[in-house]
Amino acid sequence: MSVGSPLFRGWEVVVGLEVHTQLLTRTKMFCRCENRFGAPPNTLVCPVCLAHPGTLPVLNAEAVRLGLRAGLAAGCTVNLVSVFERKHYFYPDLPKGYQISQYSHPLLSGGSLRVRTAEGERTIRIHRMHLEEDAGKNLHAGIPDKSHVDLNRAGVPLLEIVSEPDIRSPDEAVDYLKRLRQLLRATRVSDGNMEEGSFRCDINLSVRRPGGAFGCRVEIKNVNSFRFVHKAMLFEIDRQIDAIEAGETIRQETRLFDPSSGRTKPMRSKEEALDYRYFPDPDLPPLVVDPALIEEERRGMPELPESRAARLVASAKLTVADAETLVGEEALADYFEEGLALLETIPQSAGGKGRERWTSFILSEVLRELNRRGEAVLSGETSAARTVPLIVKVCSGELSFSQAKEVYQTAAEEGTDPLAIVSRAGLAQISGDGELLAFVEAVLAENPAEVEAYRGGKDRLFAFFVGGVMKKSRGKANPEKVGEILREKLGRTS
Amino acid sequence: MRNPFFSSMAEFAAGRDEGRFSIEEVTRYFLGRAREIDGTLHACLFLSDNAINRARQLDNRRQREGAPSPFYGFPVMIKDNLEIKGSPTTCASRILEGYRSLRTATAVRRLLAQGAVVLGKTNLDEFAMGSSTENSAFGPTKNPWDLRRVPGGSSGGSAAAVAAGIAPLALGSDTGGSIRQPAAFCGVIGVKPTYGRISRSGLVAFASSLDQIGPFATGAEDALECLVAMAGQDPLDMTTVARDPEEMRRDFDRTSLSGLRLGIPEALFGEGLDPEIRERIGEVRQRLVGAGAREEPVGLPHSASGINVYYVLATSEAASNLCRFDGVRYGRRTAKAGALREMYEETRDEGFGLEVKRRILLGTFALSAGYQEAFYKKARKVQAMIRRDFLEAFTRCDLLVTPTSPTPPFAFGEKTGDPLSMYLSDIYTITANLAGLPALSVPAGRDKNGLPVGVHLIGPPWSEGRLLKVAGEISRYYDPGLPPFHAMSAGAGGVR
Repeated sequence: MSVGSPLFRGWEVVVGLEVHTQLLTRTKMFCRCENRFGAPPNTLVCPVCLAHPGTLPVLNAEAVRLGLRAGLAAGCTVNLVSVFERKHYFYPDLPKGYQISQYSHPLLSGGSLRVRTAEGERTIRIHRMHLEEDAGKNLHAGIPDKSHVDLNRAGVPLLEIVSEPDIRSPDEAVDYLKRLRQLLRATRVSDGNMEEGSFRCDINLSVRRPGGAFGCRVEIKNVNSFRFVHKAMLFEIDRQIDAIEAGETIRQETRLFDPSSGRTKPMRSKEEALDYRYFPDPDLPPLVVDPALIEEERRGMPELPESRAARLVASAKLTVADAETLVGEEALADYFEEGLALLETIPQSAGGKGRERWTSFILSEVLRELNRRGEAVLSGETSAARTVPLIVKVCSGELSFSQAKEVYQTAAEEGTDPLAIVSRAGLAQISGDGELLAFVEAVLAENPAEVEAYRGGKDRLFAFFVGGVMKKSRGKANPEKVGEILREKLGRTS
Repeated sequence: MRNPFFSSMAEFAAGRDEGRFSIEEVTRYFLGRAREIDGTLHACLFLSDNAINRARQLDNRRQREGAPSPFYGFPVMIKDNLEIKGSPTTCASRILEGYRSLRTATAVRRLLAQGAVVLGKTNLDEFAMGSSTENSAFGPTKNPWDLRRVPGGSSGGSAAAVAAGIAPLALGSDTGGSIRQPAAFCGVIGVKPTYGRISRSGLVAFASSLDQIGPFATGAEDALECLVAMAGQDPLDMTTVARDPEEMRRDFDRTSLSGLRLGIPEALFGEGLDPEIRERIGEVRQRLVGAGAREEPVGLPHSASGINVYYVLATSEAASNLCRFDGVRYGRRTAKAGALREMYEETRDEGFGLEVKRRILLGTFALSAGYQEAFYKKARKVQAMIRRDFLEAFTRCDLLVTPTSPTPPFAFGEKTGDPLSMYLSDIYTITANLAGLPALSVPAGRDKNGLPVGVHLIGPPWSEGRLLKVAGEISRYYDPGLPPFHAMSAGAGGVR
């Protein structure tokens, strides 16, 4: 570890995360029902996932493949033999009365993820990843005196990813989750959609005096957004420290995060913990992985976020922070790269001339619109192919950068082709020497003292004059041309 | 002949093809026989209302296209823990009240594809848990050889139906002896195949790692035909194995008694075995030796633990398999409204019978935290030793000969109060399930009370054909014939 742990009121926080992620398979884990979110209740079900008598589970090979891919991407060891077991409890959303999951012998062991926070970069070890099936959903809302059960989700393939207790702060936890989700998305293992429940998180948290023995851990269930993870952890850290400092002992228990109050609430104590009675599922022979399959997955592994960021730093001259921001939004990184390639095909912007402008455009304008409007803004009328011409116009001096931004915003808002807006608004940069000269002369005439100071060596005032001209032209002036004329008028060539 | 038409599937096929009888006639005969005597026997839970129609359709198609298989038109009874789409499957349990199956069991589907006619569903111990059919929620089946005695179980209905001539063939399931023990008690052949030979898809699970479907028949060839038709890998059951079903027919044809090595586990012929059964089996052994086989003493040192191991593993799996009967999605739900927990408790309390509850409790206990090491996990270890014993024995012999049951059919109520003594009736059969081996029971004559005695053959994996060939040889000498009930019942049905 390259950095020390941050302390909270003098206490060290110890956190391990359990992530359940739904796999992007076409069908469910043990039957051939469609694996899809959002269908009307109980329309994606069959005798197997409804646990009718006489039905047997048949393992989905695609789920195994995706599990392997995720594991290899995180540097896990593949266990060539793994075992599906039954985890028993009664609940209406669990049709068989047991969940099929891997317990003593998971598909994948070990592995790790690099995280970075304000404190620096650290490695979080992954303990294991294993395959299991999802449960259905109980529906209570809006139904007086009754509960309904939707079993569309019952049997959907899950990969459970368990970290070691290596995480030391809420920031680190959130970064770990973000990077894990990036990894799963980049490898097409999961869509990582938290709103639809395809990426869910349980937190195991304890506090201790730095370097002391581990404290008693509390599990916080189903914290379903990065923001809630952060909030739940901050609350729980304070709660545990308060309790210990008040002389109480922390009980091992499971708690639920309540987003409305921002608090965690007890769900069940260790004494109430269920006895799941795990034992190997006799309907499923041990899963034996063919090493050839592992090789195939290794060879076909798509570019992972970490190496993509490194590549962008090297080839597109991005800063590490910018590259990580882009890679953090995979679709945006794709957009960026597509645009970059296009810019290189156009003479006005080729040879790296468009690159810097495009980068800054993406990281300001496009990122903002993406956050505001979602991924739709990356395609259609504001796709990379439609947006690139704006930057070409900036390169050729036909538009100012700020005009390009305005046009893009309007285009995103209206869903119109940016070029159509350019011609509609008659936007064109003022590059005519005569017009610009008039602006320049007016600005110099209005600021004699600054002209004097500049000539006396105050170079920084150059930007002040440019700004003045831009203002007068209401943003339409071509800043490069303005610079040329200013330099000429001010009688300095540097 | 147990019916007026044929004494084997081969004769049936010949008669059918020569036009001596129609499939409809045959079907009507068996359904009529069931209606005539089953009020007394109670082998059947219900008769098919579609069988006559199907028979007629098969007859018509045969007129045009001929019969593609000996099975074409052959009547068969199905144990009521095997599913047929659109029909009730009760498992002789109240908890499946009103339930109708959504799919047909693979084994049944394969028989239907060959043209079999399903006559109805047979009685069993609830969820196949028992050795007498006394645990059926719908009342016990009687032994056609002596109506005061049990037919064995859990597939007692299927065994009694074949013995009493209600069907020439029936399917059962065998988890610890549930085909072989009733076959012995009723004087018919009953086969439990190698684990993985026949798909369990559509068989309501009792103990998944031990359950296998198998036939009851009056002749070894019929059982062979049935096995070949049902066997083979099934994409719906991952525990099935890719073996060619025809290998059984080839083994059957190839096997000869001459030089055949019969493994005799001497320890199993000692204490606890009814002397008359020992005597009958002694005669069988002599016959086989007389025909060229030779005996080889073998030790199965861990078999003594078989019952213990079985009642830990089977109940563990059963407790798990029965979790799905929770009243939420199908079957019975208690009428007493209540919170979720009460709904579960009441539903399962009302729905399950005493023996099923006992096994759920045993199995839940054996898997519980703190007890799993001592029970479930230890049992798995001993199971592996039992399996090794067998494989070791089969390096020195071709098959094992043992009794099927330590006692002749017992009287109703005799063992219901003492589950341990009931469990002991599976002492010879249980280890074949634990080791996944094929085994069968074939009649070895009758005792002084006229009750059938079965001899039990166990073979190495995939040796069903060999076992059936030997069974066929044995039944040449020891056909138990027709139970007295068969003759007595022709007119009245009022034997009680």
